[in-house]
Amino acid sequence: MCYNGRTVDIKDVLTRKRGTILKRWFDLILETYPADVAIFLRNEQDRFTNPVGHVLTEGTALLYDGLIHDVDPEKILSALDGIIRIRAVQDSLPSQAVGFIFLLKKAVREELEKAFTGDALLTTLSQLESRIEMMSLLAFDVYTRCREEVYNIRSGEIRMERDMAMRLLKAMKQQDKE
Amino acid sequence: MAEEKLKKPEEMFEVSLTPGTGDWMEPSAGFRKGTYCYGAPLKHQKYLDLPNQREWQPSNEDWKLPPDWKETILEGMERLIKRHRSFRLFLDICVRCGACADKCHFFIGSGDPKNMPVLRAELLRSVYRRYFTPEGRLFGKYAGARDLTEDVLKEWFYYFFQCTECRRCSVYCPYGIDTCEITMMGRELLNLVGCNIQWVVEPASNCFRTGNHLGVPPHAFQETLGFALDELKDLTGIAIEAPINRKGAEILFVAPSADYFANPHWFTFLGYLMLFHEIGLDYTWSTYASEGGNFGLFHSMELAKRLNAKIYAEAKRLKVKWVLGGECGHMWRTLHQYMDTFNGPADFLEEPRSPVTGTRFENAQSTKMVHITEFTADLLYHNKLRLDKSRNDQWKITFHDSCNPARGMGLLEEPRYIIRQTCNHFYEMPENTIRERTFCCGSGAGLGADENIEMRLRGGLPRANAVKYVKERHGVNMLACICAIDKAALPPLLEYWVPDVGVCGVHELLGNALVMEGERERTTNLRGEPLAAGDGEGDVR
Repeated sequence: MCYNGRTVDIKDVLTRKRGTILKRWFDLILETYPADVAIFLRNEQDRFTNPVGHVLTEGTALLYDGLIHDVDPEKILSALDGIIRIRAVQDSLPSQAVGFIFLLKKAVREELEKAFTGDALLTTLSQLESRIEMMSLLAFDVYTRCREEVYNIRSGEIRMERDMAMRLLKAMKQQDKE
Repeated sequence: MAEEKLKKPEEMFEVSLTPGTGDWMEPSAGFRKGTYCYGAPLKHQKYLDLPNQREWQPSNEDWKLPPDWKETILEGMERLIKRHRSFRLFLDICVRCGACADKCHFFIGSGDPKNMPVLRAELLRSVYRRYFTPEGRLFGKYAGARDLTEDVLKEWFYYFFQCTECRRCSVYCPYGIDTCEITMMGRELLNLVGCNIQWVVEPASNCFRTGNHLGVPPHAFQETLGFALDELKDLTGIAIEAPINRKGAEILFVAPSADYFANPHWFTFLGYLMLFHEIGLDYTWSTYASEGGNFGLFHSMELAKRLNAKIYAEAKRLKVKWVLGGECGHMWRTLHQYMDTFNGPADFLEEPRSPVTGTRFENAQSTKMVHITEFTADLLYHNKLRLDKSRNDQWKITFHDSCNPARGMGLLEEPRYIIRQTCNHFYEMPENTIRERTFCCGSGAGLGADENIEMRLRGGLPRANAVKYVKERHGVNMLACICAIDKAALPPLLEYWVPDVGVCGVHELLGNALVMEGERERTTNLRGEPLAAGDGEGDVR
């Protein structure tokens, strides 16, 4: 890619700007939480006191690297699963639970607009954004799977309660016979 | 506050990723399916003679409160303030330093600021200020005071049934405020106008009727005990006896009813029976005191006392010397902290003394009731049991400190001692997630209902996160615990957050490892799973 007479590799830009873009993406995600909670998620460094912040930090970094490099798709899915598994049971609508992926577009655009202009910007963004959109489709799959798991777990609990009731009934009938 | 409704097409394009910025003083309670427990059924309200009996659900717009509900609540608050000095103190002395804010598992897992213990308590404290302090009466919301309205009451219900009374926050409070007690008082107030949940009231009603939470009548208890003895005969070749309601026994054994009817509790139950047989314990089960747990504790002090009365009454009737209690969580908070003043003094009992080792349990000289892990750890310490640790080799174990035994009675070392004596592979979770800083399972204090599954999964995240860590680091595949609610709540929780980690009781591990006099060669563990290759040949001590 050519910019101002210089050849600029998009991967180089994204690699150089990794820290800035990741921080911006993380901040944008934190804005989806109430202010008091965002402070906690940002500042608390202990991974056991702040598992949500920890998973967000690690997961977004992995997803970002997946955007630039050819990362094992399983790792991408695992990172998505880590984040979405939490958001799937928090007070979020499905759109909010997976919407954090689209915030990466915003974070990337803000930085790329500083490095590219005109057609170069458009081409670069369209390449990147189609990868982000693919990621968001995967996120939707993960979200659906998590919700299915929640319902399966609930129906499993109901089945167990029913089995216990049946066993109780059986025990009572057995004694009546005797 | 009604159930969420389907959006209109034009509204569906309004996707907002940012949260509302409402003031905490504005009451809010979103009764979304999966995040609240159902209301108590009418028949159980009637059975316990509770106030304002009616069919109702928290998601209904109209809660059918009595006309004088507000006066009832305020009179109740005045009564509680006079009765419990700690309650008044806790309401007055909080400086909102925030030390507790990030210690609640529900706050960590949900990201809901009103689940910060300080703010949850403030929901009640603000009403206290409004009606019971001069500054609140004079300056209203400028002094952090709120009027008591129906919306405030609904918010109380929403958040006081999102607290598992685990007391982790109290460990960190520099003033020693026990937010659990504030939740208990909040629930007591809600009870006055008939607002409690099915998962608390139904077990309590069952317990009042049949002697246990699950509603197992005496003849079914006898039958289920028979099943267990048959199973043990198949496993060990030994015909074990388990006396019921036997007068003159030395010890009355009381366990949570889940132990003899639920999974994986059942294997702990088998472990108890094997142990008592092996040491020839002179003991008895009771069909009257057939429940150690006490769901009354999650309702009101009065109901807790009513349900707890059975234990001493039965001990007196059967003329035992002392009482031994099984693996349970809140059961031990009740026994350790309340039973003595609820229904004591138990001056007709003797200070507990192990008939095998002669050890006197001086810590229990007042209540006369000993925790089974104290009893078993003492047996192991004195080398009174033969064990083959290798029978637990298929498992890499971690131990989850159940909130009430850990924080409510300081029982930290005994279960670990038993695990170390019965298993070769034991790994601790990180320090700030165990012992008195343990994270709750997220389903205690009556919140373990299936309809509340999403809230439970949020609350269980911090615990599961630490389990995941030891699974990834050490290959842990089994979590041991000493609480019946943990044993029911943690399997589904781990299924979602950390698949392939099972849950067991400490006495299940003991039952596996216990080499019994005259037993046949064991080929399976108590679950009927084949022992790992090489098992049965391990070092026996």
